[in-house]
Amino acid sequence: MTDLVIIGGGPAGMSAAVAAYESGVRDILILERDEQLGGILQQCIHNGFGLHRFGEELTGPEYAWKYEEQVRELGIPVKYKTMVLSVTPHRTVTATNEEDGIFTIQARAIVLAMGCRERPRGALNIAGTRPAGIYSAGTAQKLVNRKGYLPGKSVVILGSGDIGLIMARRMTLEGAKVKAVCELMPYSGGLARNIEQCLNDFAIPLKLSHTVVEIHGRERIEGVTIAKVDENRKPIAETREYISCDTLLLSVGLIPENELSLQAEVRMDSVTGGAVVDQDRQTSREGIFACGNVLHVHDLVDFVSEEAEIAGRSAAEYIRGSLVPECDIPIETDGKVRYTVPQRITGRKDVTVYFRVADRYRNVRIDILSGEKVIHSVRKPKMAPGEMESIRLKKELFQGAASLKLRLEEPEGTREIQRHKIM
Amino acid sequence: MTERQMTCIICPMGCSITVKMEGEEILEISGNTCKRGAAYAEAETRHPERTVTTTMRCQDGQILSVKTDRPIPKSKIMECMDRINRHRAAVPVAIGDILLRDVFGSNVVATENKPSLG
Amino acid sequence: MYDVAIVGAGIVGGMLARALSAYDLKVCVLEKENDVAMGATHANSGIVHAGYDAAEGSLKARLNVRGSRMMQTVAGELGVPYRRNGSLVIGFGEEDECVIRALYARGISNGVKELRILEGEEARTLEPALSDQVSCALYAPTAAIVCPYELAIAAIGNAMDNGVDLLLNFEVRHIDRKEGCYEISSGSADAGTVRARYVVNAAGVHADEIAQMAGDASIRIHPRRGEYLLLDRECGGLVSHTIFRTPSRKGKGILVTPTVDGNVLLGPTSVDMEDKEDYAVTEEGIARILQRAGESVRDIPLRKVITSFCGLRAVGDTGDFILNSPFPGFLNAAGIESPGLTASPAIAEYLVEMLAAQGLEMRRKEDYQPLRKPVYAFRHASMEEKNRMIQEDSAYGRVVCRCETVTEGEIIAAIRSNPPARSLDGIKRRTRAQMGRCQGGFCMPYIMEILARELGIGYEEVVKSGKGSEIAVCRTKDTEKGPEE
Repeated sequence: MTDLVIIGGGPAGMSAAVAAYESGVRDILILERDEQLGGILQQCIHNGFGLHRFGEELTGPEYAWKYEEQVRELGIPVKYKTMVLSVTPHRTVTATNEEDGIFTIQARAIVLAMGCRERPRGALNIAGTRPAGIYSAGTAQKLVNRKGYLPGKSVVILGSGDIGLIMARRMTLEGAKVKAVCELMPYSGGLARNIEQCLNDFAIPLKLSHTVVEIHGRERIEGVTIAKVDENRKPIAETREYISCDTLLLSVGLIPENELSLQAEVRMDSVTGGAVVDQDRQTSREGIFACGNVLHVHDLVDFVSEEAEIAGRSAAEYIRGSLVPECDIPIETDGKVRYTVPQRITGRKDVTVYFRVADRYRNVRIDILSGEKVIHSVRKPKMAPGEMESIRLKKELFQGAASLKLRLEEPEGTREIQRHKIM
Repeated sequence: MTERQMTCIICPMGCSITVKMEGEEILEISGNTCKRGAAYAEAETRHPERTVTTTMRCQDGQILSVKTDRPIPKSKIMECMDRINRHRAAVPVAIGDILLRDVFGSNVVATENKPSLG
Repeated sequence: MYDVAIVGAGIVGGMLARALSAYDLKVCVLEKENDVAMGATHANSGIVHAGYDAAEGSLKARLNVRGSRMMQTVAGELGVPYRRNGSLVIGFGEEDECVIRALYARGISNGVKELRILEGEEARTLEPALSDQVSCALYAPTAAIVCPYELAIAAIGNAMDNGVDLLLNFEVRHIDRKEGCYEISSGSADAGTVRARYVVNAAGVHADEIAQMAGDASIRIHPRRGEYLLLDRECGGLVSHTIFRTPSRKGKGILVTPTVDGNVLLGPTSVDMEDKEDYAVTEEGIARILQRAGESVRDIPLRKVITSFCGLRAVGDTGDFILNSPFPGFLNAAGIESPGLTASPAIAEYLVEMLAAQGLEMRRKEDYQPLRKPVYAFRHASMEEKNRMIQEDSAYGRVVCRCETVTEGEIIAAIRSNPPARSLDGIKRRTRAQMGRCQGGFCMPYIMEILARELGIGYEEVVKSGKGSEIAVCRTKDTEKGPEE
């Protein structure tokens, strides 16, 4: 029996481990599939991490190291190159590695911190051939930043998620020519700062409302055909344009990596793709907690750490037997607010509710309702689907609440129809 | 009078800032939500700078992540890359070690630890 | 000097090589690609047809029924998954019902067992996902599924274990008839020339060109495009039977079938082509598959498509398999379209008889081993087996592909065993690594490392399929200016 098993040694797993240790848990084990801690941060060598937590701009490896140092100092054991094969609802973990073979651990509590993965290629339904030269942006990032190899010299990127934008700059710095970034939507899902410093700095065109409709080339990609799309996202034939390139990178979004959560029969949220959790980040299965990108895809690692600390502390409370039982006040959304995490709260503690919106909005109000009554409101000058928002709520607000709802109120006639530069 | 639009890259807010100028003189900065934004807009107008994050090859062939420890002139990014590309870091390297000095007013430092192979 | 040279390492060439490897003969298989099963065998529905499709008295009918009966044993010996899942030919309305009754009669006459015609409701009881519009169905419980390329890989691997030579990247350019033998040359200096007393042309879409090289102008082959969509294993429960549309002149139509690996396959389209190397998937093809499959089966989860691909089937102009010998010592196995996969063991048997009839001395090898060396699939092993595998070789403890749970041990085995994998696609077909829902996004860089290490090549030399499909174009920081001090 192990008190706390943490699955995944990325930023979420490390923060949860440190927080649990600081809350008094000593019998902790981190299971990590890579040969080092840090997870995806190790290949995110660009900066912009840690502004909220540390007040400085760190690169991914630097941010990871701040936590790895703590894990090391506290002497929290880690099994590397270890793949977890299954987790049962009653917290039996089965894993494998070269030294131990297959082994099982019965855990008092589990923190799921497996992170996310890139959406399976959007290329799947792109017409044309299937040659070498089509990679997800993250795979290209690993090849360039960790292996030191360039996957191509002339590049088109489909999808303007942050990894795609970051890779546009990265490939350019390493001597490749990035010919275009195509985005299906009329706006980018990436951060504005990344469009500025990764594309505009290098005069890389961002083609909004465009997609790749055909891939050409036999052994290696020789080019792609792109086209503008109409309001229904259907390609417009007359706008077809051939771009020669030897590489197509796909950056079409991230999804939580939840195979193990499903095995553990944890209740899932179809919008986030992660587990449904309460404010302690406990899932529908007692003693199984989740945090970080496995729960919902974050825009900033700082928030991952924050969330993981909640999960780690809650797991510690659970192990001690002092976790406050849930009263289960669900938080509903109106569609404009796509989801919240947590999805249910106890009502007995202050809580920060994280959420994302479905579209771009300007000068809107977020109302928090208890039944029909608005109990709290915040104004937001600017909101976008790519950015995670949060609202801090005091426990006094929840008195007598059976359920809460987040509602986005748009002022009449000011709905933003801002157009980015279309080149 | 000329007007310049820019997106602030200081934090993920990505404020859209307008700078009004008369010749070389900045008349007004608007659209920023914090002081750092104003400072960024001024710097971006007068002498745009960027921190370069990239990799460096080690003497033993390993790949190491590095950055400039302060921003360098934006126009010098590719020249900075060129210097980094031609350098070979001696392993082992600790995070924060200075690998190259005085690259356009900045030092190139390691952003990860790299033990020697074997 | 070889006794027999087989041109083409697809399912026909592979099954023949294996059949011949039972005899005391020197046999080689010549393949123009960097791996086996790269042509029509690669993109094939993987159906073991019961045998009601082909016209009575045709070679297709005879070899289909015979092959269908042999397949379970062959797959068992080769350690390839085979599942008798049964098939349904579904009909909508009277016209289809007529065709289905004719198919039934033909099946009975071809010797297909257990055939039944079902009412719409009966069919839906058997296969609940069927469309409400289905009014009748032909049920063939003896139909089965296999993985086509796995079968070909295993057949060639087993043939190689029994002494057959496989020459990859050998594109046949010239065939010269010499005194008592044929000289086959590749046109490339490193691949060279091979001499053989007998030549079997199993070159798929290129069989007409190969025949021509030997002086036989009688064969016409054209490629027929077949596009497919593959759904995530999450949808594996969508259907349990192979579901065909009522056939028309153009073939069997768009089918919906489970695969032995637990995915669902939709396709193929059927478009006659000229270019024998055009493997492009088309927008129209994808749209057609989705439309037709959607008519057969309710609620196909279109968002779960994980890949689409295209194959070219070799269509002859006779309507039947072309198994002949234009001159002594040269055999054609051409125009092997559907049900070629099903018939392949029977085609091999037929060709062996032809060779024997032409005087090839057939002495059975004493040490012939029909059982292929087992391939360990970690994901299918029990806990005890897994632990034993890891104890014997710790590389089986390291999971490389997380989506399909494939270990480093299996990847190394795929590189070291016959026929050896030389590319990322080769690894994928043998182990399923990179075939899951992330399509290699996570494990590809690591598999490249294993390939480079095992093959003793540079990382930038690792290919996806063949030459020219390298993944990395160069190492970073290799500047022309040279290192700075």
